[in-house]
Parts: sequence; structure tokens; C-alpha cells
Amino acid sequence: MSMQSGLVSSTSQLRAYAPTTDVSVAAPAPLLEVARAQPVTAPRNLRTEPGPIRFIIIALAIIFLSVFVVLPLVVVFASAFSKGIMAYFAALAEPEAMAAIKLTLLIAAISVTLNLVFGVIAAWAISKFEFTGKTFLITLIDLPFSVSPVISGLVFVLLFGAQGFFGTWLQAHNVHILFAVPGIALATIFVTFPFVARALIPLMQEQGTQEEEAAISLGASGLQTFFRVTLPNIKWGLLYGVLLCNARAMGEFGAVSVVSGHIRGETNTMPLLVEILYNEYQFVASFAIASLLAMLALITLVVKTILERRLDEAEVSDGD
Amino acid sequence: MGLTLTWLSVIILIPLAGLFLKTFELSFEQFWGIITSRRTLNALKISFGLSFAAACVNLVMGTIIVWALVRYRFPGRRLFDAIVDIPFALPTAVAGVALTQLFAQKGWLGAPLAELGIKVAFTPIGIFIAMVFIGIPFVVRTVQPVLIDLDPEIEEAAASLGANRWHTVFRVILPSLIPALLTGFALAFARAIGEYGSVIFIAGNLPNISEIAPLLIVIRLSEFRYADATAIAVVMLLASFLIIFLINRLQRWAQTRIPAH
Repeated sequence: MSMQSGLVSSTSQLRAYAPTTDVSVAAPAPLLEVARAQPVTAPRNLRTEPGPIRFIIIALAIIFLSVFVVLPLVVVFASAFSKGIMAYFAALAEPEAMAAIKLTLLIAAISVTLNLVFGVIAAWAISKFEFTGKTFLITLIDLPFSVSPVISGLVFVLLFGAQGFFGTWLQAHNVHILFAVPGIALATIFVTFPFVARALIPLMQEQGTQEEEAAISLGASGLQTFFRVTLPNIKWGLLYGVLLCNARAMGEFGAVSVVSGHIRGETNTMPLLVEILYNEYQFVASFAIASLLAMLALITLVVKTILERRLDEAEVSDGD
Repeated sequence: MGLTLTWLSVIILIPLAGLFLKTFELSFEQFWGIITSRRTLNALKISFGLSFAAACVNLVMGTIIVWALVRYRFPGRRLFDAIVDIPFALPTAVAGVALTQLFAQKGWLGAPLAELGIKVAFTPIGIFIAMVFIGIPFVVRTVQPVLIDLDPEIEEAAASLGANRWHTVFRVILPSLIPALLTGFALAFARAIGEYGSVIFIAGNLPNISEIAPLLIVIRLSEFRYADATAIAVVMLLASFLIIFLINRLQRWAQTRIPAH
């Protein structure tokens, strides 16, 4: 149990902290009103700090976040448009850029689809059935989160590289995995595996098996039960997992960098092209690609916030 | 069910097993020789040392940010709450080039800092800055729910028993946040150790000075010195397993300390 809860927080970018974003909304408004309106018997400042300290803490938080998080984001767009809007679009229209965008979309499509299917199955198995080795399975699912992306790439080089375990066999049969699309897809799948499963497990555990049992006792088949009962119940969580999985799949750098071989126009994804162009001092082109990825991140955050609100609503209505 | 296990084995278990198998091809002397070579030791020292320092900064600043976000109301609070997630969401390569551009000698922050005689980009300070950047969300997001759920009556009781605010915060509130704080610290630390994309651009990558361990793995791979790469990876992997283990112990400790409500 504690193992599990530890792992939940070790993947805190997932649902673990979801309910916290909307405290002010989640708190029943009338109650707050009452609290404010009635003079409380205890001193008013019982649960807060003196004004100046409050000011310093807020100022520190805002300055730190602005310098370390907002400024880098602004730099991306400022550098991308530093030579004007024409140069920006010219950089994106380069064949190399188009090839990288296409490859990134392909890789994301492959890895999100596979992780969607197997993430649902894994979450289903873990949350609806009891079996030995469950904790081990959860640990296994979480593993890619705690491994350095470079090591995630390295393991595939060791398997499929020229000196790797399957290297000679692959060469003899002329199968290209490393420095080709399959290798990039495998490394991306490895890195993004936890997202869907992690988003679903707490949700499905909470919902229990009653509804499914009812469906089956009323004569529904296993598949019918899944598509008519389970899937509607988890759709927001599923979207949430897919969203984060996709963002990471498109943005993954370390693991992909190790397995891609950096063949221009062929095995360069968008993040890899950002690196290459930056090292060639083609700053506008590099930041133009980077700006697309940054926009992806921002859209992901907005949609994530909306989905979290949905998930909270679903939880609240469940509670009633 | 069997399908899940098969898939997991193919995608996760076999690759990792391969890593350890590769290590067993080395004799212990060979392994030890790689690990204790000057360049490897320095890369590990840089990675672990700077990650620790960055996690400390994240611990302090994360606590301040979480306090401001949870306890105070100020304009833009919701926006800043969302902004905390950007280091999670932004692809690491993008963060890397952005931070480098920002702190380069002619950059928006690099130029004024250069006038003060502080060089950030292409020095270990740059590595440290990038690690602080990627670690911010961990402490904030681990502590935030705990601080929100904290029973207000405890504070009120402390205050009505005559404790001043300083005492209440440091003797009553902070102790109950300690498990979450340490977990956030450990997560930020672990992430910084393994971080590659956001660090390598700003690092300078001089062997023994500003070369992080993940980069050394990549370099060894490009030299086809697979055994060297694997040995370094195993050390890093064992370190992150140790950290995960400690985090789990922390969680267990937190649960026994504060009875679930």
C-alpha cells in the first residue's frame, strides 16, 4: 500500500495533484462568504502572517517563477520572430523542418496508440483484479519515469545496436531498428508508457467493479461491458493520460537522441532538429521549431486544466 | 492480463535486463576501473552535486511558492499556479535552448550578469540553473495538496494556546509538511540527476568541469565504448532506485506519523 502511494507521488505530474488547482472554485462559495462576513471571535489574523511578510513571500514567488519559467518561454517566441514573421515561416517551410514535423507526428501517433491500448489493459488488470505480483507490476509501469532518458535510449542501443544482443541477427536479416523509425518509436513508447496507465489506475480503483458486475449479471458480454460501462466512466481520465502521453512523445529528446542516429531529413524529430539548428547557429530556424513545441506545451497545459476540472466534477458527482 | 505482462516485458523488462546483462560481461575490476576513472568520477560528482544543490533551492523556493499559492490571494494567482507546470510540459530541448539564449553573454539575463562578472552559460552555474528550472514543479506539486488539507484547527489551537505566528509556522505547520517536503526534494533531486536535454545546451560540456553523467554516457556510446556507457548507466540507475526506495519509506513514515482521516 505505502509502496503504491509512494509511486503515486513519484509521478506527481499525473492525477496525483489534480484536485489542487481549483481550490478557490472547489470551496463552496456561500461558506466562504459567511466566514468573511461574520466577525470571528478569535483574532482575524490567526491563520496568516503580518502584511510585510506576506508581501515578501508573494513577491519572491512571483519573481522566481517569472525569471525561471516565464522568461525562458518568452525567449523562445522572441527569438523565433526576431527576424520577422517571414523568416519564421520560411524556416518552418524548409524541407528538413517539414520532415522533422512529419516524423514527430508519426512517432507520436504510433506510441500514443500503442500506449493507449496497453495502458487501458494494464490499468484494467491492476484495478479490477487481484493477483500476486501486482505491486511489482505497478513498479514496472512507473519505472520509465524514474530512469534518465539517456538510459532509456541506451537500453535499446544495447539490444539492437551492432554490438547488441540482437545486433548480428538483425544485420543478417537486414532489419533496421536502431537509427531508424522503429528504434525511435520503441524508445518513445518506453518513455511514455506510464502516462495512460497512471492516469487510469486511481480512477478505475475508485470506481470499483460493481457496475461491471451488474452489467455482466444482466447478460452483457465482456467486450460490451467494457465499451458500454467501463469506457464511459473513464473517458476523461483516458483523455488526460493520452494528452500527457502525446506531449511527452512529441517532446522527448534524450532517449530519442541516443537511438536516432541524427540522419538529416530522415531520423530527426522536432526536438532533435532544434538541437542541430541551434548548434549550427541557425537561431531563428531553431527557435521556430522550438516555438511549435512550446505552443504544444501551452495547449497541453490549457487542455489539462480543463480536463482536471472535468475529473473533479465527476468525482464530486460520484460522491453525492 | 497475460498480454499486459508480455507487453510490459517486451517494452520495459527486457531492455532493462539487457542493461544489467551487459554489465555482467565486465569483470569487477573492469567495472570498477571505468567507474573510478577521473572523467567518470568527475561527471558523477558534477551530476550528483549540482542536482543536490538545485534540489535544495527547489525545496526552499518551492515552499515559498506553495505558501503564496495556497495561503494568499493575489492577482494572477491562478495563472502562476498553472505556470508551475511549464517545466513539466515544455520539451527539454526547448527549455535547454531557451535557458542558454537567456543566460548567454548577450542574453537578456546573461548580459547584466556578465557586467557583474558572473558567467552563467557554459559553466557549472548554467547546469545548476537548468536543474533548478526542471525541479520547480516537484516540490510545489507534492506539498500543495498536503498544505491545502492541513486542518486549520491545529493552527488555531496553537495560536489560542499562546504561540506566536512564527512558532505556529515552524513548530506546528512545517513539521507536518516535512514528509511531503522531503518527497518533493527527492523527486527533484532524482529528476535533475537524470536530466539531459535542458542541461546540455547551457552546460559547456567541458570534461571534468561541466560534463554531466548522462552526457558522458552519450559520448561513450558515440565512441562505441558500450561497456563504459553501461557501467555509468548502472551506477546512475542504482542511485535512482535508492532514491525511489527512500521516497517510498518516506511515504510510509508519513502515513504512520499522521493517521489517515
